[in-house]
Amino acid sequence: MAKITYIENNGTEHVIDVKPGLTVMEGAVKNNIPGIDADCGGACACATCHVYVDEAWKDKTGTSSAMEESMLDFAENVEPNSRLSCQIKVTEELDGLIVRMPESQH
Amino acid sequence: MSSVDAHVVVLGAGHAGGTLVALLRQYGFDGPITLVGDEPIAPYQRPPLSKAWLKGEADADSLALKPLEFYAENQIDFRPGVAAVKLKRSDKVVELSDGSSLSYDILVIATGMRPNRLPVPGAELAGVLSLRTAADAEQLKAHLKPGAHLAIIGGGYIGLEVAASARALGAEATVIEREPRILARSACEALSTFFADYHRARGVKFELGAGVDSLTGADGKVTGVKLSDGRTIPAEVVLVGVGGKPNDELAAEAGLETARGVVVDLEARTSDPSIFAIGDVSHRPMPHYDRMFGPESVPSALEQAKQVACAITGRPAPTPEVPWNWSDQYDLKLQIAGLPFDADKILIRGDPASGKFAIFHLKGDLIQSVEAVNAPPEYMMGRQLIGNRKPVNLDKLADPSISMKEVAA
Repeated sequence: MAKITYIENNGTEHVIDVKPGLTVMEGAVKNNIPGIDADCGGACACATCHVYVDEAWKDKTGTSSAMEESMLDFAENVEPNSRLSCQIKVTEELDGLIVRMPESQH
Repeated sequence: MSSVDAHVVVLGAGHAGGTLVALLRQYGFDGPITLVGDEPIAPYQRPPLSKAWLKGEADADSLALKPLEFYAENQIDFRPGVAAVKLKRSDKVVELSDGSSLSYDILVIATGMRPNRLPVPGAELAGVLSLRTAADAEQLKAHLKPGAHLAIIGGGYIGLEVAASARALGAEATVIEREPRILARSACEALSTFFADYHRARGVKFELGAGVDSLTGADGKVTGVKLSDGRTIPAEVVLVGVGGKPNDELAAEAGLETARGVVVDLEARTSDPSIFAIGDVSHRPMPHYDRMFGPESVPSALEQAKQVACAITGRPAPTPEVPWNWSDQYDLKLQIAGLPFDADKILIRGDPASGKFAIFHLKGDLIQSVEAVNAPPEYMMGRQLIGNRKPVNLDKLADPSISMKEVAA
């Protein structure tokens, strides 16, 4: 299990044990955490699972694919540490990961 | 609306109903919730059934919207395997197929659609399938072995996605379409041609402008599709993907206004203020297009689930979203924003032969819809421009060397 801290835009923290193999998005959605909509269910088609990856975890979460980068380029409130959480696979390595949610996904 | 302790009954445990009950708890609603679904399993995502799930890249757990424990842990009385059979609005009671009945303060109809049957002889043969539920997908998957012959009746998105998955699994696929082109109901000719060519290059066969006379069989099992011109396409499995019909009879019999689905407003409320309808069963306003429509899409179902959760919990109504949808076939990602209503011109940006392009449907210099193939910037920016109704310079839009950010500036 990997402990992941999801922080809503209003500061509310949710610490969740997520099974390796799921994505960071699935960890939030299956636990009904507000702030990640994931309308397309993880197909990298909608950009509604946008998160900011804590700086300390940027390298461990890997790099975005061209498709993800292209979607993010046109999403709102994008920062250099923005990712689509459906594209980050959870591994034991990510135990302790912290992600923050943007103000809105739509 | 004072609905803090109201009993919310949701009929239909699909994508719409499942999302709504979770949102109600997320938004702080702590009254009783009952979720009634006629399938044996908890709410799950349907889109992967024709794609990742069929190809064995997703399992039941990943399809589920929430783990099964979620419902009990959140005091949601989930009743699988049960359908609503009668709605008595005067008593605010729903009668269920197991003989029991439920009293509601707020009712949400989320009963979805059912696939149209093929009105030809042989439609009842074993191996003639439709694709709506996980159980349907399970049956289809069992047939898609290397070398198997799959005939797909109906060249819509579900049929094409299944054709792509079948090829990935090594099965042969023939798409039979009554119209002279695939996607005739939903896409323009350029996109139809592109997808047909892409599928042909990967071994899918097409019979276009072809009527189906009957399905042939032996020992109760399907063996082929007999076309109106007399030829027979051999097949051990036939997928019928010729559209669907909203499950709105319960609502209609109870006197709610229907019109190819239950008529709702922008809060997803029906003609009875205590009853909402969401998802494929609803016929809803499309505020960007000044008309009513049934988009038959997951994003629309999710938007309506939000509308109802906001209405019940007293939150402000969410901003109307630009309708959108997507389809994955092979390495192609099609993203569609908007609907091509009232469009008077089609503009193609990029070269379809490159596998990366976008088709804009325009009304004057306003974008009504965009179909983007492996082209996220065109999709993302197109969606924004549809939402804010900003006119675009068509010369710039037609020139792929000018970025979408500059087009929208």
